[in-house]
Amino acid sequence: MSSLKKLTDKTLFLPLFCMILVLLINVIKSPDFFSIAIKNGVLYGRLVDILNRGSEIAILAVGQTLVVAVSAGTDISVGSVMSLSACGCCMMLAGYGVNSTTELAVPMIVGMLFGVLLGGVCGAFNGLLVSKLKIQPMVATLILFTAARAIGLLLCDNQITYIRYEPYKYLGNFIPGIPIPTAIFITIAVIAVISLLLKKTALGLYIQSVGINSRAARISGISSSKICFLCYLICGLCAGIAGIVASSRIYSADSNNIGLNYELDSILAVALGGNSLGGGKFNLAGSIIGAYTIQAITTTLLAMGVSTDQAPVIKAIIVVIIVVVQAPVFKAWMQTRSARRLAARAAETSGKKEMAAK
Amino acid sequence: MEEQVLLTMRDITKTFPGVTALDHAQLTLRKGEVHALMGENGAGKSTIIKCLTGVYERDAGEVCMEGAEGNIWNRSTQDAQNIGIATVYQEINLCPNLSVAENLFVGRQPRTRIHTVDWKTMDQRAQKIMDNLEIHVDVTTTLENCSIAIQQMVAIARAVDMDCKLLILDEPTSSLDDKEVAKLFKLMRTLRDGGVSIVFVTHFLEQVYEICDRITVMRNGRFVGEYSVSELPRVKLVAAMLGKDFDDLASIKPEGRVSVSDEIVLDADHLSHKGTIKPFDFKIHKGEVVGVTGLLGSGRSEMVRCIYGADKAQSGTEQMRGKTLKINSPIDSIKVGMGFLPDDRKADGCIGELSVKENIILALQARSGIFKRIPRARQVEMADHFIDLLKIKTASRETPLNQLSGGNQQKVILARWLCTHPDFLILDEPTRGIDIGTKTEFQRLVLQFAAEGMSIVFISSEIEEMLRTCTRMCVMRDGEKVGEIEGDMTQESVMSAIAGGEKK
Amino acid sequence: MKTEVRLPQTRRAMNSNSLLLLITIVLFVVMYAIGCMIYADKGFSHVQTFLNLLITNAGLICVACGMTCVMLTGGIDISVGSLIAMDCMILAYGMGVKGWPCIPLLIAVLLIGVVFGAVQGYLVGYMKIQPFIVTMAGMFFARGMTAVICTDQISITQDANATFYAWANQKIDLPAFLGYTNSKGKLQIPYIRPAVIIALLVVAVIFLVLKYTKFGRSLYAVGGSESSAVMMGLNVRRTKMRAYILSSFLCSIGGICYCLNTMSGSVQQARGFEMDAIASSVIGGTLLTGGVGNVIGSLFGVLITGTINTLVTTNGKLLSSWANIATAALLCFFIILQSVFAFLKNRSK
Repeated sequence: MSSLKKLTDKTLFLPLFCMILVLLINVIKSPDFFSIAIKNGVLYGRLVDILNRGSEIAILAVGQTLVVAVSAGTDISVGSVMSLSACGCCMMLAGYGVNSTTELAVPMIVGMLFGVLLGGVCGAFNGLLVSKLKIQPMVATLILFTAARAIGLLLCDNQITYIRYEPYKYLGNFIPGIPIPTAIFITIAVIAVISLLLKKTALGLYIQSVGINSRAARISGISSSKICFLCYLICGLCAGIAGIVASSRIYSADSNNIGLNYELDSILAVALGGNSLGGGKFNLAGSIIGAYTIQAITTTLLAMGVSTDQAPVIKAIIVVIIVVVQAPVFKAWMQTRSARRLAARAAETSGKKEMAAK
Repeated sequence: MEEQVLLTMRDITKTFPGVTALDHAQLTLRKGEVHALMGENGAGKSTIIKCLTGVYERDAGEVCMEGAEGNIWNRSTQDAQNIGIATVYQEINLCPNLSVAENLFVGRQPRTRIHTVDWKTMDQRAQKIMDNLEIHVDVTTTLENCSIAIQQMVAIARAVDMDCKLLILDEPTSSLDDKEVAKLFKLMRTLRDGGVSIVFVTHFLEQVYEICDRITVMRNGRFVGEYSVSELPRVKLVAAMLGKDFDDLASIKPEGRVSVSDEIVLDADHLSHKGTIKPFDFKIHKGEVVGVTGLLGSGRSEMVRCIYGADKAQSGTEQMRGKTLKINSPIDSIKVGMGFLPDDRKADGCIGELSVKENIILALQARSGIFKRIPRARQVEMADHFIDLLKIKTASRETPLNQLSGGNQQKVILARWLCTHPDFLILDEPTRGIDIGTKTEFQRLVLQFAAEGMSIVFISSEIEEMLRTCTRMCVMRDGEKVGEIEGDMTQESVMSAIAGGEKK
Repeated sequence: MKTEVRLPQTRRAMNSNSLLLLITIVLFVVMYAIGCMIYADKGFSHVQTFLNLLITNAGLICVACGMTCVMLTGGIDISVGSLIAMDCMILAYGMGVKGWPCIPLLIAVLLIGVVFGAVQGYLVGYMKIQPFIVTMAGMFFARGMTAVICTDQISITQDANATFYAWANQKIDLPAFLGYTNSKGKLQIPYIRPAVIIALLVVAVIFLVLKYTKFGRSLYAVGGSESSAVMMGLNVRRTKMRAYILSSFLCSIGGICYCLNTMSGSVQQARGFEMDAIASSVIGGTLLTGGVGNVIGSLFGVLITGTINTLVTTNGKLLSSWANIATAALLCFFIILQSVFAFLKNRSK
């Protein structure tokens, strides 16, 4: 019994368990799930698809993990910010008011950086509200949740802007000659940069300290508000990057649809990753695994005939199960139940011993 | 004059995992009296109150109250309320957004015939209650717009209106000014004359002598004594609380005293923080160990928090080695070489889920800055050094801090500050919860660091400890620094200084 | 010895909550007046324009009342938009595709609202899970269920259900003296629709509940200080659960009003509706931290957001996005205002 508990206590247990479960279901349903082939010089296969399409969620999950860890709150604006950054990028590349172009008005990298910058600005806005004005994170991010998409729509003059310029599609699809989808590289890059930042500087330590006990952190010399602000800024930048990737996939900026429902997915990824939504210690690897698990769930549901509009039902149920299991009330109830069971068993065995002794 | 007994508590015992909070404690209350309950930290006064009011369930003991049958076991606050016991805490347990009248009647609003809330009757009855208690306030005002004193009186009025026989006031005067305290005392006298018994939990000596009839002193979970205020001189009260028998005092010379240099390391002039500490001056020389003594709540922690910047000073100036300091937050102090071990280890010190190693190097990391990460090898080296030096009992340096015992957690937080090699270190109750052997070790370390040139402020409830290490003592009482003593210090002289003398 | 009374501070501070309400009402009047001045030629100043505000936003008014109740306890309910979409889809599918009669469907929708609210309320009140997470799950659940029922848009036509159709098109004429002659010389009598009556009734009932019932007052107590409410013997968990049940129930009523207006069901309906409801409540003076708020303010909040939308539509040249942005900006302004007020209050202590 205790060895089982040791296993379940490991930080990565929950995400790995869920991932393995989903993969098993897939393999049972379609035995060729794990097959990977190279066609037309690029990798094909269900698995590749999951890794590719899950990139946005993984990138978002990185930023969301930090926000949850430092402030015990969630950033629900990430989906809308993705849309805003996509629109900003496409507007820069096409020029304002132009809805389809084959020529770029500015170098591609400038447009992309602009989009990411927009994401950063949104993150800074959220960070200010939360860290300086001490507004609840969910409420503060509510504002951009409403407004960012609308601003994006305005930037693109209320139309879908198409960038029909071949290299622009590379980011969300494939760079000629490289069989691995580019998005995977981007994700690896983001994860690498953030991980380096967390490990090579004291940032990881500070975030956890502030998240666990911000008063003690302050006494020890850490500026809680600066760290909090930084986390929201990073989250905004991640949303910006994810938006550019999403835009590149469809070589356009579809303000109404880019990033739609991605905020739930990112929060779900963090929760599935074994991170407590109450803040404190965090595990980036868990969130990444959680992100790809969610993508796997979405893909599985799609394969089973559940449309993207209907999939949220399953995800909602999963979210509820996870938070209920994590809830202190539930844990206390489980403890009293197991204590009672142990006591009953002890009473039984002592009763049996008495009987045997007689 | 025969005074009737309202409540007796005998042989009350309560243990928590690893800690005996109450050990055969007792309390006797008479009708129509104001009874002070006093004791230092860990004395058990809040625990015994919570056992009485149903917040905790005691392990053993007898509670008898007039009007209720047999041995009383209150398992919830509702049970306590039903037999006439009401508590008013320091954090006002009312709803700040509701009016005074509504707060008085939450959960029991007067109803009209159609069963709706009858606002008119509620306001009228509320006004009558307040007038009867001679509290002059417009009952329709929102509670949060009333002063804290009025809010407390509303809480008391609610308790009184619900027919309480025993009213417990838990540190009610901590945030009141003199005029408000006078108003509160007037109300307490009115209630007392009306037959209500009041338990007054406090640490303000002067107030106890002003309003109370009798005092019960507790220490380390045990009952020390019950005294009549008129028969107990202040010094004896202090002695009872701090645990020294008045007749048993001996002069303890500080061991291994080193001559103190003339160089002033820190000079604080007229620092203050609203609501916690009145303006004070403070100087410390290089290699000096200064003690801060006084009862709990007298302002000891508040003074050093103000010096360190944990509570930003709202007046005055601070100079370190002649250079004026601008302290906006703790990091500024850390950067000029200050260190601060807070007394509330749990709230201000422990970062529970982080490992022992991470907790130890935290302040040093903060001083180095976010980009200059302390290399792992060095972290391990420092952690091991302090685990060894302070004999910290832990499975490994990676164990989460919250798995260590309280005393060992304390050692880790101390290690955090020693790690930064400060020039000026403030230790607020560093040995609380630590075994005797280590306590002596600490005192030796303090003297050693002082000899090496560190200036140290040492706060402890145990005067003996401070006498062994300090060359000078600041005396605090009731929220301000009332003096200093140095030279030939004895337990007796220190306690007299704490107790104070004649009222001004 | 007479105890002094702190009068000046009382008078000033007592208005801080009434002050927020006053700001809201003034804001509405000013905005509407500006609209009248700028768009006088487009008929903005006609009584019917104001009445149209009520007609279009009848659903939102009901939802905002429910949202206010939940926010009073310090919580939030972001599932309302999706719940409305689900309700509309149930009605549209039931009447349009299956041909079921409308009364049982309406009752079913109301019952679903109660059950939905009960589940959410249980998770928030008894399991003590953050309201945001619970209602976000609820939001995605309801939106997903809408798609499960049907992924296409369904319209409710007259053949589908004559009663419902008749209700939707019913006009309740107001007294003739409020009428005006339009540019073509015809007398236009202003009218409202049944949904408006329902919405205003809801406002009135909830106002009375909040002011005169024990349940209503306990919402305020719980929001003001949960720990104190527990100490004073209130059943906080049950109060919170009931608040969510009420919110989802009112949301279902709002859904019916909304459906009467749109006469259709689709997956994309009422997107962002929860933001409008929250914005209306916040603008109307409900504090996000709980304990303060009233439905009259929320009504004016709805009128303000409605006015913004109408101003943008009347202009014709502005994109509807501007309405979203304006609402978000206003929400931001009020949130910051609330936080500034709270900060000042703490400072003066």
